[in-house]
Amino acid sequence: MATVTLTLNGDVRTASVPPETTLLRLLREEFGLTGSKLGCDVGDCGACTVIVDGKSVNSCLMLAVQADGRDVVTIEGLATMSRLHPLQQLFEDKGSLQCGFCGPGVIMSAKALLDENPDPSEQEIRDALAGNLCRCTGYSKMIEAIQAVARDGRGEPAKSAV
Amino acid sequence: MHNFAYIRPTTLRDAAAQLGKEHGKVMLLAGGTDLLGEMKDDLRVPEKLVAIRQLRELQGIRPGRGGLRIGAATLLSDIAESAPVREQAPLLAMAAETVGTPQIRNMATIGGNLCQRPRCWYYRNNYPCFKHGGSVCYSVTGENEYHAILEGGPSYIVHPSDTAPALVALGATVRISTGGRERGVPIEKFFVGPRQDPARENILQPNEILTEIEVPSAPAGSKAVYVKEMVREVWDFALCSVAAMVTTSGGIVGDARIVLGGVAPFPYRALKAEAVLKGRRLDEAAAAAAGAAAVDGARPLSKNAYKVPLTQAVVTRALLSLA
Repeated sequence: MATVTLTLNGDVRTASVPPETTLLRLLREEFGLTGSKLGCDVGDCGACTVIVDGKSVNSCLMLAVQADGRDVVTIEGLATMSRLHPLQQLFEDKGSLQCGFCGPGVIMSAKALLDENPDPSEQEIRDALAGNLCRCTGYSKMIEAIQAVARDGRGEPAKSAV
Repeated sequence: MHNFAYIRPTTLRDAAAQLGKEHGKVMLLAGGTDLLGEMKDDLRVPEKLVAIRQLRELQGIRPGRGGLRIGAATLLSDIAESAPVREQAPLLAMAAETVGTPQIRNMATIGGNLCQRPRCWYYRNNYPCFKHGGSVCYSVTGENEYHAILEGGPSYIVHPSDTAPALVALGATVRISTGGRERGVPIEKFFVGPRQDPARENILQPNEILTEIEVPSAPAGSKAVYVKEMVREVWDFALCSVAAMVTTSGGIVGDARIVLGGVAPFPYRALKAEAVLKGRRLDEAAAAAAGAAAVDGARPLSKNAYKVPLTQAVVTRALLSLA
């Protein structure tokens, strides 16, 4: 077993897991955060995308032990009890998702983009979503939502709940 | 994935001390984007993984003698965005940018990109082929549409790296450490073809670590481009790619480096295409002649003959973009 201590959505968390545990399994099975999805399990689909030290990564391709000491943000870290993150709100407003399986990964890729580049071009948005597959809605409505968030200057995390 | 022992050393020397003499028992883990896929499919069942991504000795992009020194554990995304790399070796930045997805580039390292294993579906599906110590290449009589058209045999894998052709074109040197001793190897000599060793793609021994890549600055008057042709437009491994660097003086080509990815078991230097260009003006006729020379000697398999005109066209197009 290996001990992993990481900052998860702002809180320091520790778990003891076998070394072959991926970060995705740690999140879903040890911490019960099932927003990040297991899709292809090889880095093709992006459904497992989380942000580690500010960068989008495939949590299925990272061992939990590789996240030791690092800062991890998942889809569960965006909304507060009373308010969705602007990306989540605009995805809902624009009808950017149908089945929603790809959604958490897409939104984390978009968040990583907007955190670094608050005013991306359409091409930059498309490039940032290159590692996220959607098989039902298509990408246009997602891009519209991300552009709307960027236009409003609302890429920042929601203020804390009242 | 099978269980393994996980070691996270703090120095290169400690990491090297963990390594053994046998391939596959103790393995190095950098970004893990290739190795974890192999381990999930039971292609590799290491007893021990030694994490090296965090090693200080393997980090960073620094100025070096006449160029840059890039630590082997530097992320591909950091290389693609690096101002010094874009200035001094833009070809490498261009190639790094085409690797995988943003998520992959945020995890994968340059050293891992050079050492990644082939994508051949027989290899990835654990057929007992040359790469698994067997004595058959199943692509020869099988589904070979993505296999080698140049330098194939006895194994017909293609080398999947994008940064490798760029680094060969730039004349890079890789540094290899055993912990105590270190040596530099011209990157062209780092990769080996299947006639030299059908089971492996490079010279690294089980007790060695690729530590650094020395990248000379692109010569004055040079222009370079990396063109990658894929099945999917967004991202994929290359059907064929070309790293081309042309140095001109007074409109005449003084030097040309043309290196192909995705068509041979190692980054293939198209020496005949380079020779065609030297001393000529880079115009449409010269680019077309170099494109034809690049695939001179190609021997396609039953289902990949399309790669010959494709590669020829990609080389021609790449060169014309530099004219």
